[in-house]
Amino acid sequence: MKKSNGRKFAYTVLAWVVALLVFFPILWMLLTAFKTEKQAVEVPPLLFFHPTLANFAVANSRENYLHFAANSVIVAFGSTALALMIALPAAYAMAFFPGRRTKDLLMWMLSTKMLPPVGVLVPIYIIFQRLGLLDTRAGLVLIDTLMNLPIVVWMLFSFFRDIPGDILEAARMDGVTPRQQMVHLLVPLALPGIASTALLAIILSWNEAFWSINLTAAHAGTLAAYIASFSSPEGLFWAKLSAASVLTVAPIMVFGSLTQRQMVRGLTFGAVK
Amino acid sequence: MATLTLNGVRKKYERFDAIKGVDLAVTDREFVVFVGPSGCGKSTLLRMIAGLEEITGGDLLIDGVRANDIPPDRRGLAMVFQSYALYPHMTVAENMGFALRMAGVAKAEIATKVGEAARILQLEKLLDRRPGKLSGGQRQRVAIGRAIVRNPKAFLFDEPLSNLDAALRVQMRIELARLHQELNATMIYVTHDQVEAMTMADRIVVLNAGKLEQVGSPLELYHNPANIFVAGFIGAPKMNLVDAKVAAASAGETRLDLGDGGGVVLPGAEAGLAPGSPVVLGLRPETLSFAATGPFRGIVRVIEHLGGESLYYLERAGGDTMVVKTGEAVFARLGESVSLTVRTERASLFTADGKAIGLRRDNPARAVA
Repeated sequence: MKKSNGRKFAYTVLAWVVALLVFFPILWMLLTAFKTEKQAVEVPPLLFFHPTLANFAVANSRENYLHFAANSVIVAFGSTALALMIALPAAYAMAFFPGRRTKDLLMWMLSTKMLPPVGVLVPIYIIFQRLGLLDTRAGLVLIDTLMNLPIVVWMLFSFFRDIPGDILEAARMDGVTPRQQMVHLLVPLALPGIASTALLAIILSWNEAFWSINLTAAHAGTLAAYIASFSSPEGLFWAKLSAASVLTVAPIMVFGSLTQRQMVRGLTFGAVK
Repeated sequence: MATLTLNGVRKKYERFDAIKGVDLAVTDREFVVFVGPSGCGKSTLLRMIAGLEEITGGDLLIDGVRANDIPPDRRGLAMVFQSYALYPHMTVAENMGFALRMAGVAKAEIATKVGEAARILQLEKLLDRRPGKLSGGQRQRVAIGRAIVRNPKAFLFDEPLSNLDAALRVQMRIELARLHQELNATMIYVTHDQVEAMTMADRIVVLNAGKLEQVGSPLELYHNPANIFVAGFIGAPKMNLVDAKVAAASAGETRLDLGDGGGVVLPGAEAGLAPGSPVVLGLRPETLSFAATGPFRGIVRVIEHLGGESLYYLERAGGDTMVVKTGEAVFARLGESVSLTVRTERASLFTADGKAIGLRRDNPARAVA
């Protein structure tokens, strides 16, 4: 009994250490955001100081925060909606009417995620340039959709596959049309899965920085580009950069914590059954 | 209600033939049971009738109309699945009324039909529950209710009782038999359990490896199996199969040599049975009884007392096992060497390759069937 208590204590400590390690950069960012630029670079670092909101004021006045935030929202939700529209029928077909090549197709889709994005930067940049998609929200929606599509299809596929085929066969025997099956059976049954897939796609798209920084500028830039604009040629301003980062991370953190239960439920759906 | 006719129905997959040409006519209001070991194609055949599997050869007629290419929802059949396949996000009432709602039936009419089905199946108190809150037996009744409300031409059951425990299975068996009478419907029922087949069927269809082995009433199959497969599959404990040779055949009787010095004389004869030809003697456990002397001798190895009856497992000289079914009195002890006699008029005879040989005689079994 005592031994198992000791072990429990050790695990608890370990868990806290890991959690703190993961959380540390965020904590550091938070602290720095409320320091002056001088305090921010002080060695040893200050843990206790008089907080200031000046950085936020500067961050907002130097670049228009709300403009970038609006872009982030449009791109995150737009790309998620588009990805779902494409992935839902695709995953449905693959889950319920698999062909001989379905498995290969899924693997191929996943394999595209193994390619470092920078590998296709130049071709994509040129394509975007020719199509006039550079620095447009539509272009970014498109690229984020394509980036997330494999994951979205995979997730929906596994959620659909968890729905027993018997249920759809019973519906077929009952004279229920494919459209009715979709509306009355598949969507309600897969709704937790669809919801968590959508949430994940929104978060991934929100946090996507590489394409946003490389393909957009002042007009269509998202919050990722907003942060990047603070690492400017006149030097690094840690405190202002941190303030900008806090402003960027905060909405999605709030969003994530509000939807946490749904996320966890969806992501562990198949695993714990 | 409906008749179903299968003319040389086949199912060919890329690599193998699942159904190798089945001919069958199911008459109106008949309760037909497909039975066979797992993998014999019985469920495939049912799903072909349902329209969930494509028919690759032959014709399926429903009420005389070729139905091969009619989609499942327009065949007018209802199916009850082994897994129940209830819609988990709907209540019992919604589950039962779903098909009607999708077909655009008026709400009041749906409510009437669901209420009627719920009354037949004693589900009235559960109408507002979700399937997750029901027991296995209740779920199965909901699945049946879902079929009833549609008033189908025929009911198809795919091993509906396999997921239930033994006691519930017996109870549901009786309920299904009652339902068949009450609904007066054509029913096709798939099971691997020969007891279910024996107790519920008007006619049993025995399938093996995609082929139809025999079709007949339960007692017909029990008393006059067409071959060794049916003989072994129908009846529990299994029919005893004993290798023998024809010793002599005359007009009135056939004399068999059991190889260990014993011999049996069966009433009746068959012209083709020449002395010396190998045969298999089939003996139901209840036709054997203990006696001071008899053609079969063996040592009692296992005794199962079931209360009203007892099963004795004997080891014969060659190592073969024979089962004897007796009343509850004690006839022999473990390890005891015993002799058995047989009611020869109830014996079956098969050729060495398993086909039944009908000895021409006045067979009481046939009279029963």
